[in-house]
Amino acid sequence: MTVLDRQSAIDLPEPFHSWFAGRGWAPRAHQFALLERARQGRSTLLIAPTGAGKTLAGFLPTLVELAERPRNRNNPRPPGLHTLYISPLKALAVDVARNLERPAEEMALPIRIETRTGDTPASRRQRQRRDPPDILLTTPEQIALLLASADAPHLFGDLRRIVLDELHALAGSKRGDLLSLGLARIRALAPEAQTVGLSATVADPDTLRRWLVPQRGTSEMGDLVIAEAGAAPELSMLDSVAHVPWAGHTAKHSLGEIYALITANTTTLVFVNTRMQAELLFQELWHINELNLPIALHHGSLDVSQRRRVEAAMGEGRLKAVVCTSSLDLGIDWGAVDLVINVGAPKGSSRLMQRIGRANHRLDEPSRAVLVPANRFEVLECRAAMEAVRAGAQDGAVERSGALDVLAQHVLGMACAGPFDADALYEEIRSADPYSALPRKDFDDVLAFDATGGYALRAYERFARIRQMKDGRWRVANPMVAQQYRLNVGTIVEATMLKVRLVGGKARYGGRVLGEVEEYFVETMSPGDTFVFAGEILEYRTIVEDTVLVVRSHAKEPKVPSYEGGKFPLSTFLAAGVRAMLADPARWKSLPTQVREWLEIQRRRSRLPGREDLLVETFPRGGRHYLVAYPFEGRLAHQTLGMLLTRRLERARLKPLGFVANDYALAIYGISDLSLAIRQGRLDLGELFDADMLGDDLEAWLAEAALMKRTFRQCAIIAGLIERRFPGKEKNSRQVTMSTDLVYDVLRAHEPDHVLLRAARQDAATGLMDLKRLSGMLMRIRGRIDHVELDRVSPLAVPVMLEIGREMVGGEAADALLAEAEDELVEEAMRGDYRVQ
Amino acid sequence: MAITACSEVDDAADPSDAAGVIALAGAELRLDPAGGLFWPAEQMLIVADLHLEKGSSFAARGIALPPYDSRATLMLLAGMVERWRPRAVVSLGDTLHDRRAGSRLGPAERDLLAGIGHGREMLWIAGNHDPDVVPELGGVHLPELAVGGLVLRHEPRAGAVREIAGHLHPVARVVRRGRAVRRRCFATDGRRLVMPALGAYAGGLNVRDRALAGLFAPSFEAHLIGGARTYRLAHHVCAPDR
Repeated sequence: MTVLDRQSAIDLPEPFHSWFAGRGWAPRAHQFALLERARQGRSTLLIAPTGAGKTLAGFLPTLVELAERPRNRNNPRPPGLHTLYISPLKALAVDVARNLERPAEEMALPIRIETRTGDTPASRRQRQRRDPPDILLTTPEQIALLLASADAPHLFGDLRRIVLDELHALAGSKRGDLLSLGLARIRALAPEAQTVGLSATVADPDTLRRWLVPQRGTSEMGDLVIAEAGAAPELSMLDSVAHVPWAGHTAKHSLGEIYALITANTTTLVFVNTRMQAELLFQELWHINELNLPIALHHGSLDVSQRRRVEAAMGEGRLKAVVCTSSLDLGIDWGAVDLVINVGAPKGSSRLMQRIGRANHRLDEPSRAVLVPANRFEVLECRAAMEAVRAGAQDGAVERSGALDVLAQHVLGMACAGPFDADALYEEIRSADPYSALPRKDFDDVLAFDATGGYALRAYERFARIRQMKDGRWRVANPMVAQQYRLNVGTIVEATMLKVRLVGGKARYGGRVLGEVEEYFVETMSPGDTFVFAGEILEYRTIVEDTVLVVRSHAKEPKVPSYEGGKFPLSTFLAAGVRAMLADPARWKSLPTQVREWLEIQRRRSRLPGREDLLVETFPRGGRHYLVAYPFEGRLAHQTLGMLLTRRLERARLKPLGFVANDYALAIYGISDLSLAIRQGRLDLGELFDADMLGDDLEAWLAEAALMKRTFRQCAIIAGLIERRFPGKEKNSRQVTMSTDLVYDVLRAHEPDHVLLRAARQDAATGLMDLKRLSGMLMRIRGRIDHVELDRVSPLAVPVMLEIGREMVGGEAADALLAEAEDELVEEAMRGDYRVQ
Repeated sequence: MAITACSEVDDAADPSDAAGVIALAGAELRLDPAGGLFWPAEQMLIVADLHLEKGSSFAARGIALPPYDSRATLMLLAGMVERWRPRAVVSLGDTLHDRRAGSRLGPAERDLLAGIGHGREMLWIAGNHDPDVVPELGGVHLPELAVGGLVLRHEPRAGAVREIAGHLHPVARVVRRGRAVRRRCFATDGRRLVMPALGAYAGGLNVRDRALAGLFAPSFEAHLIGGARTYRLAHHVCAPDR
């Protein structure tokens, strides 16, 4: 303990002083710093690594204040909440409550601590409104619900402190938008309340600091406290002796080495990027599990009870390894984990750091992690990620402003709380950082949407959900509106999920529920098809209502390819790292021999992608002609680009047949000789890649894009245009999918500038289509296209070429599929006996 | 992650070329990819299940769907009338989504209706959503219509042949190469036919559903509505929902 620490220690009130001393602990410097800031009445962001006592630091000022409170007998206990704790995970709120009760009990502090989640019984929730505890631990959705009631002033009026846990995971998402709006209202109800944000290391702490305090035109920020970093992680890449595959994501070649690592360590977390990768890897590990090691599987689609069992076994140290997805990125501390293995590319350095932090929650010992690349490009990506982690470099956050669909939900909630004045609410909303630049027109459009749908054709005045009163304030039109609001609250719109039930033989009922799968996965299966789920190979039988019936299969290999590229696209930051490494052969020394040779041959046969250029190769192969480009902008941006480029080539009568994309490259294939067309000047690559494709071409494509319809559906549900579905309430979930598509078509044709379409486009720009990134890239490469004409496929092109025929057909070729199906009919009709009469 | 295909239909060609031709109990009929049926011998355009004002019907229940569905539906009909210039237009029932829907039609929609009916016979067959005469529609209202050897009615009758009906909103689903496409369709076995719904907000029932498949001979066809033409598929090529 430093002199300074001991000096401060004297400041701690008595029960705390002896409590710390009794455990042989000394409060850490950042814990004191937060106490100090609290006394000065400052809101503060604490950035601390896992295991640094972040949560205690956040609550210490609350505990001290509450401990001192009873001495002042003149004032009765204020009736409202004292401290509000908000976490992105239900389980985390419950866990933190438990960890908080222990010191409170041991110091005999007169404090009531309670949690409130979707699982809290209705009776207790009602009691909490009447008689709030001192400290309430809850989630963003519960905050929205509490604020949308007339009790809100009573509940929040006395609030002193707000603790936001894992703030980095909330800010920048729609859930964060909703929370930021809730905080704006809470600050209006309790102007004295201070906010504390707890966060892992982030690239740009200022965004989070602005989040903590009301914005008033100037960029106000909370204070910043950075805890001392823990020991640097021990990070290595598995240098597999086996042949490193050209493509794929399963890392089968490294299986034995992964198993050896698990055997040699106490408890290992094996992270993968998708549920299917988790299933496959788990399956493979069990095949070679000669020692019968207790290895478990954990991902978001598994049945909750099964996930809880795995978590419990993990907590008790009964497991040797858990194969998991981002379902375990955040959350409860497990001290026993001593190794993290990340299979596949890390995709972003921040996620990787978060995952590494899951190993060894003691601050002074280094976390240990091994990266296992699944293919050659991933070797480069892993290397770039390792350098980023060593330098402590984080991915930059994507710049975005608060979502309009979330705003629509919030404004309706505020009407449910009580009548509001539009001007005052607008000002309050702009005090939330994500909405600080919200134009008044957007606010007015959202308000009009909540009232009557906000259509230019003002047809629904008499069906309004909220109305203006004589004094100009807005109120809900009837109590049903508040009911609808409560059912619809939240920003998480799940993909339609179907239960998977394991039945025996011909049974249609009974059997065990294994978990849930996305509807779109089942959509393409036929009875008899086999697939991997919950660690078993299953045979698909049929669907009964919302349940997929399956039986155990004896097949060795599943028939339905569960291949699915990474769920997360490569971050811009890591992409730049990979490009830099490719462009600088001096740095190849650190790469495995096979990968180095691959790049050497590429350099000889073709060229290497430059740091800022766009390398484009054209070559013939097997009667087809190919164009391969290497933008390194992530799969989503590449898919959008591929869609737009094929439209352009089609228009130029260059007969493209299709394209495939991965995180690094894009390959377009077709019948016309593209090299020849370029040579003859019929195709100009500068024009082909011109950023003007983001104008009319994009608009034309968006009109039909299935992605856009999905995005619109989410916005429509969050904004409350379409009711959220609940299990058992809707007979057939497809009807809803269907109707939002119809609504989208009609709205787009007749009011293309409607606020919900604007919300959907804004989502598409940062989300599924990654337009922002695409447009940035097109600007960057203007006049910098490096074209090479080749007589055969280049080494660098092999990985993306291998994806052809392996990827599912996606996107927009619906009519082409119908034509194909029709052709089959013609063939059959020649043999068939049916004729049109 | 996608395959695009070049359209085989030239946009500049006569739109009636894009229409599939089928024979129904001896009558030659043309399938318009907008969702209507043209009967050259009778100079008659047949449509079904317009469900006008479905949007405002939802709005009354607090779900403010875009109020442009009637307009969108009528514009489709107007386009087909322009293309075929029929002597008569027959709507096979459920023209309006509910009994009061007629009074909710806006001025633009009324104008569209007037334009469609100008100089031709408008025949409105009663449906379960609109069993009564709707004065706003003009034209003639009737329970069903027998013409040229065929019966035109709203709800298909069990065992009937030589019948064109609506009511069931057939859609067909095709699964190919890991992707599913679901489209409205005409369903027929050459003896009877069920029309697709024309209404912009009308949902659909899969042709493999018993209520539809049970009407037809074991082997029947679905003519799916594509972007610029219809696609003729045997029933077994169509997949059940999910």
